[in-house]
Amino acid sequence: MAEIQSNEGGGKKKKGGSKQKKLSVHIDFTPMVDMNMLLITFFMLCTSLSKPQTMEISMPSNDKKITKEDQSEVKASQAITLVLAGGDSIFYYTGLPDYGNYKSLKLTSYDAKGLRAFLLSKNTEAALKVEDLKKQKADLKISQEEYSKQVSVIRSGKNTPTVIIKANDRANYKNLIDALDEMQICSIGKYVIDKWTTGETYLITNYRGNGSLSKSTPK
Amino acid sequence: MSKVKVARKSTRIDMTAMSDVTVLLLTFFMLTSTFVKKEPVQVTTPASVSEIKIPETNILSILIDPKGKVFMSMDKQADMVNTLDSVGNQYGITFTDVEKNKFKLLPTFGIPIKSMKAFLALKPEERDKVLANYGIPTDSTDNQFKLWVRAARKSNGPDLRIAIKADQATPYKVIKDVMSSLQDLRENRYNLITALKK
Repeated sequence: MAEIQSNEGGGKKKKGGSKQKKLSVHIDFTPMVDMNMLLITFFMLCTSLSKPQTMEISMPSNDKKITKEDQSEVKASQAITLVLAGGDSIFYYTGLPDYGNYKSLKLTSYDAKGLRAFLLSKNTEAALKVEDLKKQKADLKISQEEYSKQVSVIRSGKNTPTVIIKANDRANYKNLIDALDEMQICSIGKYVIDKWTTGETYLITNYRGNGSLSKSTPK
Repeated sequence: MSKVKVARKSTRIDMTAMSDVTVLLLTFFMLTSTFVKKEPVQVTTPASVSEIKIPETNILSILIDPKGKVFMSMDKQADMVNTLDSVGNQYGITFTDVEKNKFKLLPTFGIPIKSMKAFLALKPEERDKVLANYGIPTDSTDNQFKLWVRAARKSNGPDLRIAIKADQATPYKVIKDVMSSLQDLRENRYNLITALKK
């Protein structure tokens, strides 16, 4: 304690003058506390405690010199193309686009019942394995490093689907992040953001017009 | 002496303990927190489940507002000056030492290089006001964004990380422009800053 106890009134002569004077050194800490509180408030308001989360992505290289061997071809049976159209709508088709059949393009939604359910159904095996690993990690059976190592192995496994994300100019950034987020939730390791082509525009107008385009154009 | 004395207690509270606590808290806040950078535009990042934390230093952050304006910020002042120099050089603009000093103190920059001199001559309060109206041009005819990124990469070396912080309502077109500019520079790995999904 920062006070030295002594007689009240410090230094009153009681018996003779031989006794040493006792001074009451009672420091009032209230202003100090006030100041500290102010500083704390300042720091709480002006700083951010948590670092922002990030999502790491690697984009394909634009390099035109890449040889054929370096390019990886995606099996049509494992390809899923997500088409992010404006107005929060999302479509998908599997394999190669079927321009003749407007029903090949399917409308879905960004919530758990739409896109996630579909992607999980395509990636059941990997998702189950990751789920199992998560449990093991929660039970402290495996370490964090071991967990991330195994997850990355599962994600790049042979039978996992490859997702191609295509967004048009009317889609917004949230749509893109939502789609990328689903890749993480559904343990899909192979995904790519690709350029929008006229093919997608055709598919969507065809879908919205219930196949009117494919009817009018000869096959 | 038989009187029952009611002890008169002093109402003075000893603030020492309280002061101890506040000082401790203060120390905690000072050590753990990082200052919020002043950003010219308000940006709400979309939420994601990703839990990777961004490293604190050596970051080139690209801020994109809902209207598609692009701003940049770097954390090393020496590199900021180098970057300014090399971008200025390509447009034939040389900056004086006073201007360089002013530039390195900017929290965020996003000014077309041609108006940079006029901007740096303004008073700090005025700068904040006008900065939100500018933005680095990203269109293909005058892609200064590319120059800035290239210059930043050159002066910072390979450890520089690029982080994109965009508003959730930003049209994909703008994001696409930024991403393809980065792709042209062979910057294929970067971070997207998101908020934690609840």
